[in-house]
Amino acid sequence: MPERMTEGLSEAMPEAVEPTREGTAGTQAAVRIQDLAFRWQARAPVVLIIDDLTIARGERVFIEGPSGSGKSTLLGLLAGVAVPQQGDLVVLGQPLQRLGGVQRDHFRADHIGYIFQMFNLIPYLSVVENVTLPCRFSRLRRERALARSGTLEQEALRLLGHLDLADPALVGRAVTTLSVGQQQRVAAARALMGSPEVLIADEPTSALDADRREAFIRLLFDECRAAGSTLIFVSHDASLEGLFDRTLRLAGLNRALDGAGAGEGE
Amino acid sequence: MPILSLAWKSLLNRRGTALLTLIAIALSVTLLIGVERLRNEARASFANTISGTDLIVGARSGAVQLLLYSVFRIGNPTNNLSWDSYQDIAAHPRVAWTVPLSLGDSHRGYRVLGTTPAYFEHYRYAGDRHLALAAGTRFSDLYDAVLGAEVAEALGYGLGTSIVIAHGAADVSFARHQDKPFQVVGILARTGTPVDRTVHVSLEAIEAIHAGWEGGAPVPGLSLSAEQARALDLTPEAITAVLVGLKSRIATFQVQRFVNDYRAEPLTAILPGVALSELWGLIGIAENALLVVSGFVVVVGLFGMLTAILTSLNERRREMAVLRSVGARPGHVFALIMGEAGFLTLLGAALGIALLYGLLLGAQPLIETRLGLFIAVGAPSGHELALLAAVILAGFLVGSIPGWRAYRLSLADGLSLRL
Ligand SMILES: Nc1ncnc2c1ncn2[C@@H]1O[C@H](COP(=O)(O)OP(=O)(O)OP(=O)(O)O)[C@@H](O)[C@H]1O
Ligand SMILES: [Mg+2]
Repeated sequence: MPERMTEGLSEAMPEAVEPTREGTAGTQAAVRIQDLAFRWQARAPVVLIIDDLTIARGERVFIEGPSGSGKSTLLGLLAGVAVPQQGDLVVLGQPLQRLGGVQRDHFRADHIGYIFQMFNLIPYLSVVENVTLPCRFSRLRRERALARSGTLEQEALRLLGHLDLADPALVGRAVTTLSVGQQQRVAAARALMGSPEVLIADEPTSALDADRREAFIRLLFDECRAAGSTLIFVSHDASLEGLFDRTLRLAGLNRALDGAGAGEGE
Repeated sequence: MPILSLAWKSLLNRRGTALLTLIAIALSVTLLIGVERLRNEARASFANTISGTDLIVGARSGAVQLLLYSVFRIGNPTNNLSWDSYQDIAAHPRVAWTVPLSLGDSHRGYRVLGTTPAYFEHYRYAGDRHLALAAGTRFSDLYDAVLGAEVAEALGYGLGTSIVIAHGAADVSFARHQDKPFQVVGILARTGTPVDRTVHVSLEAIEAIHAGWEGGAPVPGLSLSAEQARALDLTPEAITAVLVGLKSRIATFQVQRFVNDYRAEPLTAILPGVALSELWGLIGIAENALLVVSGFVVVVGLFGMLTAILTSLNERRREMAVLRSVGARPGHVFALIMGEAGFLTLLGAALGIALLYGLLLGAQPLIETRLGLFIAVGAPSGHELALLAAVILAGFLVGSIPGWRAYRLSLADGLSLRL
């Protein structure tokens, strides 16, 4: 795999708008969706219909909805693993449906940090290697991390320290021996590595107990604020809602659920 | 290449199964290249059974049959060659030397060859190697015998051992030349040729032990003692075959025609090299079958790898989703799986070759003394390298199957964590 170039990417597609933190950042939304419709396969039913949605830069958004309501699907679209069949999906000023598959992968590597519900870590990599993983795929994020701490390892340790994982004994352990809460914090450090503009978390706290849940979210908030990142957070747990700037309820937002039997309920 | 370092680490993480797969591939490569090496060495050694002899002459027969009985001591001639014809051939102006061979008797399953001291002079093998005595001297007395290395070793004979020769190839007690025992005066160094399995005596000795015999049995009342036999004219009436050396190779076909057109009796002259490759062509089928079988062993080894990787794939779908989330392309996922297969194949091939060379170095002295087969431990031949390249290519092809599957899965799964 040749080392990909972020510069080369923008040359290769003149229509692509390279997102910036400065300049238009104030006026530009982090996410802008209009008349979007998406189905997983050509024959499958439409799972997501969103007429209008805007998420501002730096905003911390809580997304809530019953199982099967399309939360993860929406996050996947924002991350560019799939494209809507209809409508506009603009992330950081970049219309994603205009990018090819490889370009969307580049876009995700450069601008999006992603945290899963569980099993976030690659079992055969060390804690630090897991945290620095995005820098293997994004030159932009590597450069940002280097600009901040000098070496990738130092930046990883800095982030881990912020997430209460500074203990060298812990960092040296095999990732499979970490507790679920520790694993989720390592995953958060990875998502924050190289300061991506958008942080997406898909039920990252569902495996944590109530105390740890809130502590985890506060750590996430601190880091997002420091990096100026937008946080899009999905959870079933309505008790967390109050911590966020805004709550989006898919039950109202996703018109695909209006038809009979689209959601599976809970 | 960041993704290849991931592939390597993932492989190390599953080193247990990876090691088993590696061993399977390594062993199959050792077998394949080892068979190829042995096959070539055996063919070369076979072609080296006799050299320096320009023509072999015997009674009219097929080339392979003449070669079999005169050189390999296998089977019996249909007819003999008269002493007069032999004299004529030896007198041909183009002929530099001749070695008469007389076969027919045996000692405990080993053929007895009656010949002249010129045999030790002119018989050559493996290019230009002469027969050498490991102990003792050539035969000089009528009842002296010189043993091939294997005969001496297998029967535990040393210099001075007294041996009795049996009439014919079978060791039947009533047809023994009991009254005329031979004394071992020399033992030849190992050659890896049929010489090792031969008892050498003089041409006259063959005459002497058959004095008073007729039709394969002693004629009662006609038997002579060993000492009485010495007084006889021991020039044979007939011999089995002749090794012929020419003054110049250019004359080969001229002398061959002279022999084949010989009027007095039907004779055949063969070129040993041509007959040897003709004979190898017959037994070469088995050797090809061996190579094909070892090729299949490699296929089995690669199938083992395919199974191992395909099985691991389902457990690794989460890992793929995580990689995709940090920006890995489906192509990266393909390369990750492909890289594992590549590492396994390349390492397996390297390990297999290392193992082969280790074995060759270790077993070389043993193979040489036991089988008389000298195996050169040199760089791999072009053909061996081609086989190795084919194995590696096949490994990559096999790896592309799970690689392609992982590619499809990662596209279909996107960022959903499938268990
Ligand atoms: N990779 C996929 N391929 C095909 N269909 C999918 C895929 N992922 C999700 N779906 C379907 O899309 C619909 C929405 O699923 P999604 O995972 O977005 O729901 P969710 O709101 O995240 O649910 P949960 O709270 O259980 O995680 C479901 O009907 C699901 O079966
Ligand atoms: Mg979900």
